[in-house]
Amino acid sequence: MTADTAVVELQDVTVEFPGVKALDGVDFRLLPREIHALMGENGAGKSTLIKALTGVYDTQSGRIMVDGNDLRFTGPRQAQDAGISTVYQEVNLCANLTVAENILLGREPRRFGHIDHRAMKRRSRELLAELDLNIEPGSVLGTHPIAVQQLVAIARAMAVKAKVLILDEPTSSLDADEVAELFRVMRRLRDCGTAILFVSHFLDQVYEISDRMTVLRNGRLVGEYLTAALSKVQLVAAMLGHDLELLEEIGDAASATKAREGQPVLSAVGIGRTPGVHPVDLDVGRGEVVGLAGLLGSGRTELARLIFGADRATSGTMLVNGKSTTLRSPRAAIAKGFAFTSEDRKGEGIIGELSVRDNLVLALQARRGFARPLAKKTKDDLVTRYLDALDIRPRNPDALVKNLSGGNQQKVLLARWLITDPELLILDEPTRGIDVGAKAQIQKLVTDLAAEGMAVVFISAELEEVTRISDRIAVLRDGHCIAQVGSDCTVNELTALIAGGVQ
Amino acid sequence: MVKRLTASPLVWPALALIALLAVNVIVTPSFLSIRLQDGHLFGSLIDILRNGAPTMLVALGMTLVIASRGIDLSVGAVVAIAGALACAHIAGSADPAGPGTVITAMGIALGVAAGLGFWNGILVSIFGIQPIIATLVLMTAGRGIALLVTGGQIITVTSPPFKTLGAGYALGLPVAILVSLSVFALVGVLTRRTALGLLLESIGVNPEASRLAGVRYRTIVFAVYVFSALCAGVAGLMIASNISAADANNAGLWIEMDAILAVVIGGTSLLGGRFSLTGTILGALIIQTLTTTVYTAGIPPETTLVFKALVVIAVCLMQAPKFRALVRNRRPRRTSAHRTPEPSPKVTPIAQIHPVSEMSQL
Repeated sequence: MTADTAVVELQDVTVEFPGVKALDGVDFRLLPREIHALMGENGAGKSTLIKALTGVYDTQSGRIMVDGNDLRFTGPRQAQDAGISTVYQEVNLCANLTVAENILLGREPRRFGHIDHRAMKRRSRELLAELDLNIEPGSVLGTHPIAVQQLVAIARAMAVKAKVLILDEPTSSLDADEVAELFRVMRRLRDCGTAILFVSHFLDQVYEISDRMTVLRNGRLVGEYLTAALSKVQLVAAMLGHDLELLEEIGDAASATKAREGQPVLSAVGIGRTPGVHPVDLDVGRGEVVGLAGLLGSGRTELARLIFGADRATSGTMLVNGKSTTLRSPRAAIAKGFAFTSEDRKGEGIIGELSVRDNLVLALQARRGFARPLAKKTKDDLVTRYLDALDIRPRNPDALVKNLSGGNQQKVLLARWLITDPELLILDEPTRGIDVGAKAQIQKLVTDLAAEGMAVVFISAELEEVTRISDRIAVLRDGHCIAQVGSDCTVNELTALIAGGVQ
Repeated sequence: MVKRLTASPLVWPALALIALLAVNVIVTPSFLSIRLQDGHLFGSLIDILRNGAPTMLVALGMTLVIASRGIDLSVGAVVAIAGALACAHIAGSADPAGPGTVITAMGIALGVAAGLGFWNGILVSIFGIQPIIATLVLMTAGRGIALLVTGGQIITVTSPPFKTLGAGYALGLPVAILVSLSVFALVGVLTRRTALGLLLESIGVNPEASRLAGVRYRTIVFAVYVFSALCAGVAGLMIASNISAADANNAGLWIEMDAILAVVIGGTSLLGGRFSLTGTILGALIIQTLTTTVYTAGIPPETTLVFKALVVIAVCLMQAPKFRALVRNRRPRRTSAHRTPEPSPKVTPIAQIHPVSEMSQL
């Protein structure tokens, strides 16, 4: 065994939040000269493990050892002093400072009490050269693309002679070339002796770059594997803990849904809002899933908000069940049986400081008005029913929503609306940033609801998902609805439409 | 049990209040005694309750405003305006002692107070002006309005019915106490027996998410400012009635600060969201007891503010999660020392955790 040579080792580490056990007796080790992928669904405990490792969270029990020495971190600073550096998902540098200032922030070389700018640039240039990054240290960070900023963040981490570098979702906002560049830097650092912990949702990237991986599920350790010895299917099965039949079922259900019949639930004619959305016609029938596809900023979110009355339309009319309606507010839309989950789960969805119970009943209670409170028993019945139906974990109605994982928060939001028994469900990116398991569950739920007769508007940046779930897809580009296609449209065709190649 | 008690946010303000009362008992052994005289209850405790009644009222309104993520700085001005209007009407009428006159006077005062709340509510909920700025307008202008009403003079009135609210007795207790406690009960029922509390908290935590969930954001925010102003109006009547005079310069001076302090001591976060009415009442009582303590203990009154500040800091520190964690962290060391000699009962077969046997080749 080589266990005693681990740079970082966690033994039986537990981290608890009120109502949630985020890490439950997890062992983990990181060897020198390796790129180690940390895998798991959202809520599996990846972020918690990283935060325990970097001193952001305190551990309730267990040991953290760096180079074989027991350490107890009480803050990020100590973790850094121990040689553990982190580059987070969102680049948290100062965009208005220069590259050199960012790299050496807080550790500026000094001369007679003043910052020695020349030494700073020299040192930065050395560090950047180590990463083969040819940019001017004196340039302002914000003028560089995100990918370069990411590399600067890594240079900053290297400036403290990090033994361990943690990269949390570093590739989520990079394009293919930039990812290749990042990987080149990562390999180089590894070969120089740095141990790298890498977190990513992209399986291909994990297989390309990592030497070993650790899989977590529900806060527990599933296993530690050599990447070469584990197939993708095995990995996904390990992450999910159940097989992938669910995903296959969805495809069948979607193709089985019949063509719409009768009057559409929603019929928007020339609805638009200057300047973001040009007049669009959109029908959504009972039992139909209409996908909205397009790039970020194409008007897909803006259109959804118009339909729900979150923003007011400046043109067009809407017919709800055949009757002309003007929706001036979300309240008015809710009264018509509409429901809407925003893409911004934290900012416009959950009420973080309140319990799961309160979050679940909020929309129904708001519709009933304050004077007609739900009886405690009715409330408890509803909450229990939906916690079970949507498999929301933990099964604790008193847990604060902010302590739930992203996928479970999304389920809470869905349940909030399902409790109101809506006719039209508008889902804006309901599966973004959540794990494969919850994603499949939500997709299945959507197709099930449609099969029961609910009309659904489904927005997703993932075209596979849109084509799999939708009966019909409206394609948006630059605020125009450029096409409406059927469910037989393939991802490639859809991509071409969005890109504007085919019309 | 002890753990559950210390976990409750109400524990610290309650302990602070008890400690303050204890200090008083040491200084003045007869402090807790309450005597019955002419069918009325007298004693230091009753004094605290009666003198604290206006602050309690204002703080109750403030609690709801703060829960909605706002703040109302104008309550002191509203207190002054309400008192000034009532006294001006009574002093100017032909029959100052007539119940009709007094009712009209109070009606005018409360009507105007509600109107001022309306103004705040519109600025905040319709125009989206930051609450601290929106209410600062009235805080500054309001006292000027009160001075205009009184003509810069202290208006004294001789009206037994008017004096009842601030200085009268009913059921053996000062009317002011009864009024404040009934408002407390009313707000409690209104927020906790209906869904108003939930909707208000959800607005305070996340206004946009609440709006999208169909909560009547504007109506509720608007309503809490009106309610806060009404509470301040009643408090203004109490204060004027107690001294049978309207003092536009001093009535309700700094009461907004006391009210905000009471709310914070009571455990409601200034960031909005979850609120505790009971906590607010405890907070208001702490503040009033402090003031009384300073007088009874013979501490020079000019040190009152310093004294207040010390107690407030102590209570706020006790509530701060970081400070509590600091205190708590002193304890686990002992428990971990206990635990070390125990053999670890959990023996995990390594082979099961590392399913890939090639691991050892690394």
